[in-house]
Amino acid sequence: MNLLLRIWRSSLGKKYVMALTGAALFVFLIGHLVGNLQVFGKPELINRYAALLKSQPGLLWGARIGLLACVGMHIAAAVTLLQANRAARPVGYAGGDAYGSTLASRVMPMSGLVILAFIIYHLLHFTAMQPGINGVGDFSKLRGELDGKPVTDVYAMMILGFQVWWVVLAYLVAQTLLFLHLGHGLASMFQSLGLRNHVWWPRIQVFARVASLALFIGYGSIPVAIFAGGLGKDYAAKSKIQLETGSIQKEVVR
Amino acid sequence: MKVKIKVWRQKNRNSNGSFVTYDSPDLNPNMSFLEMLDVVNEGLAVKGDEPIAFDHDCREGICGTCSLVIDGKPHGPHKGVATCQTYMRSFKEGDLITVEPFRATPFPLVKDLVVDRKSFDRIQQAGGFISVRTGSAPDANAVPVPKENADLAMDAAQCIGCGACVAACKNASAMLFVSAKVSHLGLLPQGQPERHRRVKAMVDQMDAEGFGGCTVTGSCEAVCPKEISLDFIARMNRDYAMSLLKGDPKGIAGGGA
Repeated sequence: MNLLLRIWRSSLGKKYVMALTGAALFVFLIGHLVGNLQVFGKPELINRYAALLKSQPGLLWGARIGLLACVGMHIAAAVTLLQANRAARPVGYAGGDAYGSTLASRVMPMSGLVILAFIIYHLLHFTAMQPGINGVGDFSKLRGELDGKPVTDVYAMMILGFQVWWVVLAYLVAQTLLFLHLGHGLASMFQSLGLRNHVWWPRIQVFARVASLALFIGYGSIPVAIFAGGLGKDYAAKSKIQLETGSIQKEVVR
Repeated sequence: MKVKIKVWRQKNRNSNGSFVTYDSPDLNPNMSFLEMLDVVNEGLAVKGDEPIAFDHDCREGICGTCSLVIDGKPHGPHKGVATCQTYMRSFKEGDLITVEPFRATPFPLVKDLVVDRKSFDRIQQAGGFISVRTGSAPDANAVPVPKENADLAMDAAQCIGCGACVAACKNASAMLFVSAKVSHLGLLPQGQPERHRRVKAMVDQMDAEGFGGCTVTGSCEAVCPKEISLDFIARMNRDYAMSLLKGDPKGIAGGGA
């Protein structure tokens, strides 16, 4: 306990918290992307994956609580550090501020805030399935069938969800800011933990750029492929009927 | 050549300051920036006005006394030089040059362009030393130092403690200064006994003085007149993590007798 207090009470300790929780969330982003990219396969593929996750409520809720705790600690450390930073520099310069800094490094609090807003929207959109905010209808009515058992039709939910232009736009904006946030954050993580030297710093920066760009392309491809690329168009039409009538009319594709 | 300077004038800490623009007299382009201010001040003194107060001492880039934020960059437009070695030939005829004091809460303003940087001294006093018996000088090479460590320690030791890193950082963070001082001693065998106590004490003092945290913007490295690297901040972060894990050393019963 003493150690935890020592960590939290020092500015460097809070940076360690930022770095470690950020690293955990980055690992989650990779796993989440791999899961979501299954939408490019048959509907059963992602529905089977979703059913697999839901079949282990202990693990699922453990991961969810762990991730939310990481988000909470990341934000708590960020807010307290930001307050200290603002207090240390209340007056700016008339001749221009933050010489030599990158845009991404200056907008970290702002990009983080947008990502937080997105996380809340994303959870309400696809996890809590709030009907009022998706522009389509009640996602919980979308029931599919897998090996003879009824499951949530995640495939239909994604295909229908990304038919709405403003939802696609909101996702793309959030993903762009996530790209900016990670481009700086992934490299800074190593700096905060002291894991760099002059040989590794250029490599770490390349890693940060490549990883953030790969996540941006990966995540961005899903709404774009569905909205503009016509991914799952036929399936969407069938699901739409189900959503409106509340009954399964589509045949189960094997 | 002639330039215009827009200078921050403030009588003292408790009064409000503002920018005042002055036309310089005819200047020799090979004058240093500080010499330009001297010449402007002569003109002000002749007119009976209060001269512009600014910090300066050695004027050869090794004491760390000069400061000034020139057009938004501490120590002026060049890389790796202090204000005293910035020359008027770096500016163009008729330029309007904005001159401001270092801005940071732990650097309270004294007058015009002069700020109080004693917070750096207090950080040094917290741990920026080694405890040894003084006496006759030890034999050369009696304590072996690896060449790489000697080079790195020398790079860190170049820090002149001017505070440009704090002035440039959007968070007014003193991490580059503190890390240079921590690494300078932490890299050498003489600094090992107090290595973890030192980093803990200096970082804690840094926090207590009210400096901000590092967000790795790189502004400090970009303006440092001695080009101290962000690598040293990473090294300090490593050392500090170790010192946090170790905690404060407790005395042993018997005290080692």
